[in-house]
Amino acid sequence: MAKPRIKVPEAAKAGDVIEIRAIIQHPMETGNRKDANGQIVPRQIIHTFVAKFAGQVFFEGAFGPGISSNPSFAIPLKVPGPGQLELTWVDDEGVTTVETVTLNVTGG
Amino acid sequence: MVRKPRHVVKISRRTIVAGAAILLTARAVARPAIAELAGERSRSFQEAYARIVGDRTPEAGAFTMELPELAENGNMVLFKLSAESPMTEAEHVRALHLLSTQNPQGHVATFKLSLLSGAARVSGRMRLAKTQDVVALAELSDGRILMASSTVQVTIGGCGI
Repeated sequence: MAKPRIKVPEAAKAGDVIEIRAIIQHPMETGNRKDANGQIVPRQIIHTFVAKFAGQVFFEGAFGPGISSNPSFAIPLKVPGPGQLELTWVDDEGVTTVETVTLNVTGG
Repeated sequence: MVRKPRHVVKISRRTIVAGAAILLTARAVARPAIAELAGERSRSFQEAYARIVGDRTPEAGAFTMELPELAENGNMVLFKLSAESPMTEAEHVRALHLLSTQNPQGHVATFKLSLLSGAARVSGRMRLAKTQDVVALAELSDGRILMASSTVQVTIGGCGI
């Protein structure tokens, strides 16, 4: 999987509900498509997405083939204080992609 | 001779956007019961729905799903789920579910939330194989389930879904 992109606010205060945007390149092959030889193209999707902040899971996604290719989501986080955001994507081939971003937490 | 249009109605872009938002929201909230969905429902959808709902009856409530009324490209349809909730230990939304009534697979996504979420909302992009009803469910901490639905006209279906 290609390197994902994560967008967070430039700065946040503890207690703020912020929006995290994440996108990753992935074909999300549904498993229903046939190739030129009439053979089914095997399913190859990201089925699991996990978001952690400061080591704690706060959001989990479980997906079927109905999610578009290059999955993109916007999810909320109520910032508890300073910490690192860690997002994980897992696909059918067992490839796990992990990306982290340190949140700039001011005041609060 | 210059022909003048008979009726000139000035509608600002803002009015249209606001009107569309009201229409979308109103429709999502106004149809609580699954029995009232007019369109076909696949077996896969019915199984996914039954797994989530069990013997409970979904209610209409402070839960909305935003989808376009018309999607030219079924491969990429923007959805936005949003439930009003304080997201406290006593009262929160445990999970949001997104289901398709006529894709080959009824279960599109389940989003598990937590108190750290701070708000019960998520947005993303989904595939729609053809024109159909989309159903969203919100599981609340008190055991209740809220439901919202919306019909999307799809011009070119998501190929190979």
